Amino acid sequence: MHSFGFRANALLTFSLTILALMCAIASISDNLNSPSPTATVQILNVNRFQKKSTGDDEVGFTLDISADLQSLFTWNTKQVFVFLAAEYSTPKNSLNQVSLWDRIIPAREDAKFSTRIKNKYRFIDQGSNLRGRDFNMTLHWHVMPKTGKMFADKLVLPGYRLPESYR
Amino acid sequence: MSKEPIRAGEIVVFNVDGREIPIVHRVIKVHEHEDGEVDVLTKGDNNFGDDRLLYAQGQMWLQRHHIMGRAVGFLPYVGWVTIIMTEQPIIKYILIGALGLLVITSKE
Repeated sequence: MHSFGFRANALLTFSLTILALMCAIASISDNLNSPSPTATVQILNVNRFQKKSTGDDEVGFTLDISADLQSLFTWNTKQVFVFLAAEYSTPKNSLNQVSLWDRIIPAREDAKFSTRIKNKYRFIDQGSNLRGRDFNMTLHWHVMPKTGKMFADKLVLPGYRLPESYR
Repeated sequence: MSKEPIRAGEIVVFNVDGREIPIVHRVIKVHEHEDGEVDVLTKGDNNFGDDRLLYAQGQMWLQRHHIMGRAVGFLPYVGWVTIIMTEQPIIKYILIGALGLLVITSKE
């Protein structure tokens, strides 16, 4: 009972248990935070709206995305991953979610931003169902902890509509 | 993995035919058909382009059956255990040897 092996084993098990407990407490402390993020998205221009040679529709926008995600950060936050997705349904697909833009926010100071950009990822439908299509712009954020449970939420901004005809 | 449908933003673990190590990346596009079948595109957060270069030749989407699970949290440094044991297999043998020795020499 007093050999080196047993003592080493006991020490290792004990320290791993303590580490696991600390990780759990750190993670649970994140639940005490009640975030109040805000965001607005404006379509400044539809640059491109065509049917590709494959038969699929494609849209290109210039967007203005403004958000304040500072309240998401806690001491246990490593970074926040934020992305904007266009969400819509078509006769062919009951749900489509297409990410248009994303960013890694490494610290609280960077979480309040306003950016004017073209869509980072191509908005391509499966098929030719985008003319006159209503869609939501949903801003999703994933809070990545230093340790523990990740949590994600979103803000749905409804009421956007694609043009009736190609341009 | 839970039966919940796959949605944009989730971090999924998937296997590509011909690659032995699974990839853990984020879903950036979802196209769900009426019958429940889903086409998914993934991308590493800090990568420039999407994962189509990593998929099998000619494959444009992942389906449900490619996906083995989802990431729900993060434990720092735990992955190093697997990495060290894969890169220096001798560590694996030492560890198993030491555990075996402990079991044998146990007086209970």
